[in-house]
Amino acid sequence: MDVTAHAFKSNVKAALKDMQLQRALSGLPTGLVAQRTAAKAKLPEFEALRDVGRDIKNHTLAHLDLYLEAWETKATAAGAKVHWAPTAADAREIVAGICRDANARLVTKGKSMVSEEIALNAHLEAQGLEVVETDLGEYLVQIRHETPSHIIAPAIHLTEAQIEADFRRQHTHLPKDRPLDEPVKIVSEAREILREKFIKADVGITGANFLIAETGSSIIVTNEGNGDLTQSLAKVHVVVTSIDKVVPTLEDVTTLLRLLARSATGQEFSVYTTFSTGPRRAEDADGPEEYHVVLLDNGRSALLDTPFREVLRCIRCGACMNHCPVYGAVGGHAYGWVYPGPIGAVINPALIGLEEASHLPNASTFCGRCESVCPMKIPLPGLMREWRQQEFAAGGGTRMARSALKAWSYLARRPRLYHLASRLGIAALSALGRTRGAFRSLPLAGGWTRHRDLAAPQGRTFQQLWAEHKRGVPR
Amino acid sequence: MSDAAAVARREKVLGAIRTRLGNSGGKREAVEARIAGQARHLVPERSRQDASGLKALFAAQLRAGNATVVESASEADLPRIVASYLRGQNLPLTLRAGEDAWLRGIDWSREPAISITKGPAVPADEVGLTHAVAAVAETGTLVLASGPENPVTVTFLPETSIIVVRAADLVGPYEAAFDLIRERYGHGTMPRTLNLVSGPSRTADVGGRLVTGAHGPRRLCVVIVG
Ligand code: SF4
Repeated sequence: MDVTAHAFKSNVKAALKDMQLQRALSGLPTGLVAQRTAAKAKLPEFEALRDVGRDIKNHTLAHLDLYLEAWETKATAAGAKVHWAPTAADAREIVAGICRDANARLVTKGKSMVSEEIALNAHLEAQGLEVVETDLGEYLVQIRHETPSHIIAPAIHLTEAQIEADFRRQHTHLPKDRPLDEPVKIVSEAREILREKFIKADVGITGANFLIAETGSSIIVTNEGNGDLTQSLAKVHVVVTSIDKVVPTLEDVTTLLRLLARSATGQEFSVYTTFSTGPRRAEDADGPEEYHVVLLDNGRSALLDTPFREVLRCIRCGACMNHCPVYGAVGGHAYGWVYPGPIGAVINPALIGLEEASHLPNASTFCGRCESVCPMKIPLPGLMREWRQQEFAAGGGTRMARSALKAWSYLARRPRLYHLASRLGIAALSALGRTRGAFRSLPLAGGWTRHRDLAAPQGRTFQQLWAEHKRGVPR
Repeated sequence: MSDAAAVARREKVLGAIRTRLGNSGGKREAVEARIAGQARHLVPERSRQDASGLKALFAAQLRAGNATVVESASEADLPRIVASYLRGQNLPLTLRAGEDAWLRGIDWSREPAISITKGPAVPADEVGLTHAVAAVAETGTLVLASGPENPVTVTFLPETSIIVVRAADLVGPYEAAFDLIRERYGHGTMPRTLNLVSGPSRTADVGGRLVTGAHGPRRLCVVIVG
């Protein structure tokens, strides 16, 4: 997909003015956020499970090569063909090669963020293949030639009215006056159309939420059942996934599954959790004749000896973006690349480079909600701060921001000078703003005062108040 | 894509990981022991109940996900239960099923209107009948193993899915179900597909509103036998 992360600021401006988007996003607090809260309340062990989940992933990542090898041995023994892909280009070409070998014309796809990451659809289409997304949200996005704006709810940025209009434009073989005024009618229409594709598909591509070393299996988690039809009806099943998905045993994956659905949609468990191990067996009556797994690295291994290793624990539940005030205001597309929200702010700079994505770690209020809900306890704000430091060390940021930071750090290391400067500054502002009690505009603070007044300080600094408090001076 | 290139790509990824982790000897044994140990982690208390408690939890969880749950006191009664569910939904009594020995052992002639076609499902099938190897009370989840006995398409293609499970195969947590699978298939071995099913298919992709019946079955009826 095209990367527009560098244009984050203008993306944000457009998003804030987009009334359809604002309407679509307004459902988040009462939807996914409230549902997660309710699911968590029903499971007293939820918080303790987060610690267990974090430990499982930490252990696996510390032995990643060995668990991947163990998984590969088991998977291969069950008949899987395992393909290692150092880069996105490698992965694209491997999948295209599998399609060529299968003489494929029609490819169905379940939801896979890794396939978005490698821009798989465009590559396959360039080879003359028809690629059809079968997850409803992904399909809605595909027929608009857009990309997902959320990792578990790809079409969360669309209103029902937009979807209805898209269906009328896209499905021209159906009666023009058919009613599509309720979600259930739209879902039924999509079901009919995609059913045909499932049955005719030559290759079915899915992602994987997890790989299990003990059994050599891959796992998908869905609610629609599209992944199961995708992988059961085509002759060839290709799993496109990444190296960070492996866990040791069924018990380990069980713990992570207990966290995943609750964090993602607030369900106790997703409707379908499917373990796939090898292709169909000799005696089987259905299932794919070939089963391939493509394991993407694409910059992940390079994180292992950095503070960003922690982000490889991510199970892609989406809770961090659901709870993020920035995401809630601007939606996913503003982030300009595959992974939006706090997880995107941390992982995109690692995958596409800090230069391209440097705005993202700065797009945070540091409220900490993402970390507090992340089932894998990834310190997202801390990692964003780490990117900011790296950006500063590499000479990034505007000249003004750099000078301001330098001035601040000079003062912050000299407490007496700091107190003096803040006393003088505050006294000046408080004198200047005395009549109104607030400023309508202020040099260097235009970003704030363009949209709201800046309250004038009331005279004394925090340190002064604190010192008085310690001395017992009544306020 | 030559084999040599594939080997080189594999080495590149694994080599990069090894360099970054700086792994040395001794760890392989630890990893093998961890996999073989299959140690359980924290298991939620809610699944520690007696049989009747588990049955109640299992049914309540499934119903919360919009499934129908019915009980059949005995195997002999199953045909009547299935027929009455289908009649109640105004559905045909024509079912698709695999070669499951236990399902075949049931005397379906007690309900002469029922007809069962054997084999994997085709798009025209309206009702699929499968037998779950286990059921997990914790979240109201059925565990189905692929194979000629219960082909995956029978569970996913028809609009209506009827899944039968024996009360004796109902367990508390997922871990207990996986132990049953290990017993049946051997440790570290799995059927081609293991499906965990917790309701009829659903989606919330249109305006965030929940719709039951997406690509998989629109209706799920679970029959607990015994
Ligand atoms: S960072 Fe945490 S909250 Fe965000 S998607 Fe990953 S696991 Fe979920």
